[in-house]
Amino acid sequence: MSASDTPARIAQRQKTRNRWLLSSPALLIVFVAAIGPLFVMLAYSFMAKGDYGGVKPWEFSTDGWFGVFFSRDIFDDTLTIADANVTIFLRSLRLSLLTTLITLAIGFPTAFFIATRPARMRDVWVFLITIPFWTNILIRTFAMQEVIRNEGIINTVLVATGITSEPVQILYTDWAILFGMTYVYLPLMVLPLYASMEKLDFRLVEAGYDLYANRIQVLRRIIIPIVKPGMIAGSILVFIPSLGAYVTPRVLGGGKNMMLGNLIELQFGAGRNWPLGAAISITLMVLVMVALLVYVRYAGRSGGQHHG
Amino acid sequence: MRVKRLLSAVAAIALLPAVAQAEGELNIYNWGNYTSPEMIKKFEDTYNVKVTITDYDSNDTALAKVRAGGHGFDIVVPSANYVPIWVNEGLLLEARPDQMENFKNVDERWVNVPWDMGRDYTVPWQWGLTGITVDTSVYKGDINTSSIFLDPPAELVGKINVAPEMNDVLFATIRYFGGEWCTTDKEVLKKVRDKLVEAKPKWIAMDYGTIEKFASRDYAAAYYWNGAAMRAREKNTDVRFGFPKEGFPFFMDSVAILADAKNPENAKLFMNFIMDPENAAMISNFAKYSNGIKGSEAFMDPAMKDAPELVVPSEFQEAGAFLQSCAPEVNEFYAKIWTDVNK
Repeated sequence: MSASDTPARIAQRQKTRNRWLLSSPALLIVFVAAIGPLFVMLAYSFMAKGDYGGVKPWEFSTDGWFGVFFSRDIFDDTLTIADANVTIFLRSLRLSLLTTLITLAIGFPTAFFIATRPARMRDVWVFLITIPFWTNILIRTFAMQEVIRNEGIINTVLVATGITSEPVQILYTDWAILFGMTYVYLPLMVLPLYASMEKLDFRLVEAGYDLYANRIQVLRRIIIPIVKPGMIAGSILVFIPSLGAYVTPRVLGGGKNMMLGNLIELQFGAGRNWPLGAAISITLMVLVMVALLVYVRYAGRSGGQHHG
Repeated sequence: MRVKRLLSAVAAIALLPAVAQAEGELNIYNWGNYTSPEMIKKFEDTYNVKVTITDYDSNDTALAKVRAGGHGFDIVVPSANYVPIWVNEGLLLEARPDQMENFKNVDERWVNVPWDMGRDYTVPWQWGLTGITVDTSVYKGDINTSSIFLDPPAELVGKINVAPEMNDVLFATIRYFGGEWCTTDKEVLKKVRDKLVEAKPKWIAMDYGTIEKFASRDYAAAYYWNGAAMRAREKNTDVRFGFPKEGFPFFMDSVAILADAKNPENAKLFMNFIMDPENAAMISNFAKYSNGIKGSEAFMDPAMKDAPELVVPSEFQEAGAFLQSCAPEVNEFYAKIWTDVNK
């Protein structure tokens, strides 16, 4: 027995061991169900592709990763940056950022409106915000088709009121994807914004006015700094699923304007190139993680300023 | 001790589904909007079997899902050029439909087919062709040409849907430039790639399901299947079907039983059932494609017998050809062209 094995330490160690034992089922599930598949994906991305989909097990190949970044011209064999993937990636990034900005622009006043209602009414408003979640996203997306197609609600109104003489082509364009994603992800922006605005102490706003701040100054110097964590949380919740969106671009984009989710699906389906699909998925995941880290760093810094 | 009892309880629950296997089931995995509910009802009533239908939208989707295993399907309906892949991958049961009672009804034309000589694995479901669908209220010119989607007239630009099927699209485009299917002539294939890349921005979509879109006039033209064109015409009387004179692909989808089917006997009953002329006619009456069963004409809707979409005019007979499976390296090259087009 060494000197360190006092009864107190033994009890402490036992406690630690028990804690690990008790949490082991949860940890096991996390590792097997969440991290395990990621390793399968990583392994697949380094294997040779099978003739009709799938992979040739244990046949090492970097073709999948090569295909993420480069493409060989099929006719003259020159090597170029994979412009198809870059185009699709930039479209995904552009649409996701725009979706985040638009949901923020609509979500902020909405959340503010709810937060300034009497306490009992607030619950009703929040309840109303969650109603879209009761319906499957696929059905809501098809319903959206009905709204924006050439003889749909929007175009009927536009033509009937004489604003345009011909229906405006919205369906199957990037605008349709943007419209659909904004609609689908808006509640994910409103809810965290509301959560942080609800805690806002309105005496601070009054104090601001007392000190001769105008409305914009109150918004910029008092409200926004306080609800910033909510804005960041909402932006993360909207941006990340947007980047990997699959259903919306498929249904509203007409299968012609791919986003990353569709590009990945193509590799596992008609493309019959699973290693490339796995490699693109991992690339997407790394990008999301980098975006998250940037957000978190930024959030942490601004939080510090607030308290300082 | 308690842990042990818990574990044995869990094990007992895990074993339950294997024991409680219901009798009289059949799980069909088929293309969407393709299976006659009336015919299924009749099959269910005749054999007291409960049928479940699951949809897929492309041969590759079906192949990928079944290969992955754990699908629970008994029957699949692959296209002609995919049948050899299914057979070679060992996914199909050698059901020997040629020895079934109703096999005598199969049209001789569809017995010795290149993808299943003598029909050891599959029976005909429906056959048709990919061609041009046009809303003639929008465009009044010649529609018997692939230029409708490859060099679209101004009226149709931005209103064309093209089936997202690599083989069908490449077939028409290769023939448009005078090549033959499975060609490796790089000069032709470069033209094919460049033409498709140039034409794609003039299309509105590359999607499945055109019938409703022609009815709502969201589409004014399509490169799509003839049966869908006929169903679209029933909803929008301006819709007409054209046979591309440069060349168009025939297809036939065939019913096959999966090697790991849980209900192979019911699946065989189903195979025999659909080779009966009356039942085959029900399939055609629903999906509006021709079937391969002699004598089914007698039971078909009068509108179908001389439908302009289904009867290939003699002058276009020569332009049509069946899609063969090309050599793997040719297929790989075609897939690269397709990826280039799809970016």
